[in-house]
Amino acid sequence: MLLITCPFCGPRPELEFGYAGEAHVVRAQDPREVSDLQWTEYLYQRSNVRGVHAERWRHAHGCAQFFNALRDTTTDHFVATYRIGEPRPDAAVEAGR
Amino acid sequence: MAETMARLHPLAAVKTVADAHLLAQGPMGRFSLRLAANAAPAPLGALGLSLPLAPCRAAQSETAAALWLGPGEWLLLTAPERASAVEAALRAELAGQAFSLVEISHRQTGLSLSGPRAAQRLNAGCPLDLDLASFPVGMCTRTVFAKAEIVLWRTGVEAFHIEVWRSFVPYLWELLVIVGAETS
Repeated sequence: MLLITCPFCGPRPELEFGYAGEAHVVRAQDPREVSDLQWTEYLYQRSNVRGVHAERWRHAHGCAQFFNALRDTTTDHFVATYRIGEPRPDAAVEAGR
Repeated sequence: MAETMARLHPLAAVKTVADAHLLAQGPMGRFSLRLAANAAPAPLGALGLSLPLAPCRAAQSETAAALWLGPGEWLLLTAPERASAVEAALRAELAGQAFSLVEISHRQTGLSLSGPRAAQRLNAGCPLDLDLASFPVGMCTRTVFAKAEIVLWRTGVEAFHIEVWRSFVPYLWELLVIVGAETS
């Protein structure tokens, strides 16, 4: 079974986790200030990366916390996982190649 | 005249008889405590222990146990007759800070599983690595057993305490009985 490393609990079976969409999608501070086009992009446009993708996961049947992960969408390999609020660890991507 | 409804154990209607290693536990006082981890006073007099701050670890005193379930989330277990006293004492002790203390005594039921094949039996439905090196005595976590979510706590080398939501108890019980027959 695929193991995912929760930043709080360590490596745990995939069954315990839930996928929660692309990470680092920033909501406008004041939605009234942005144009309809920008708001549409925030709501619906996703990068759909082929390769290393930053995404949110939730350890739903564990510590219940959300965290971010870098996953290669072509191989399903988890390059790195990191806590919400931490910067995207792109150094780990380079090291993983 | 109004009749008082009697509380039935969730296994009251289940006829399957388990082996000596699988036991259903009686009533217990349970609380879900949410509190900023850095605000946890140490130790908590109401429980006679310090809240475990390390991930997936349980702390136990003579009268209570606190299980780390997530950052800032603990499951507290006490004897049923002490539950209301513990709640009052905890509320007094934590007064002045942001916390949530919810009584969940009747939401879930405890099962205890022991014996030399306890870990193997659990692994029939739980994908965690239950080797003593990676899941030592005193470790606890929320996880899954087949389709049910459980809280698993290793209380001894060959002993586990399982907390499971009331409506899942017959399901979990029957599965553990079947697996017990297959692994014995």
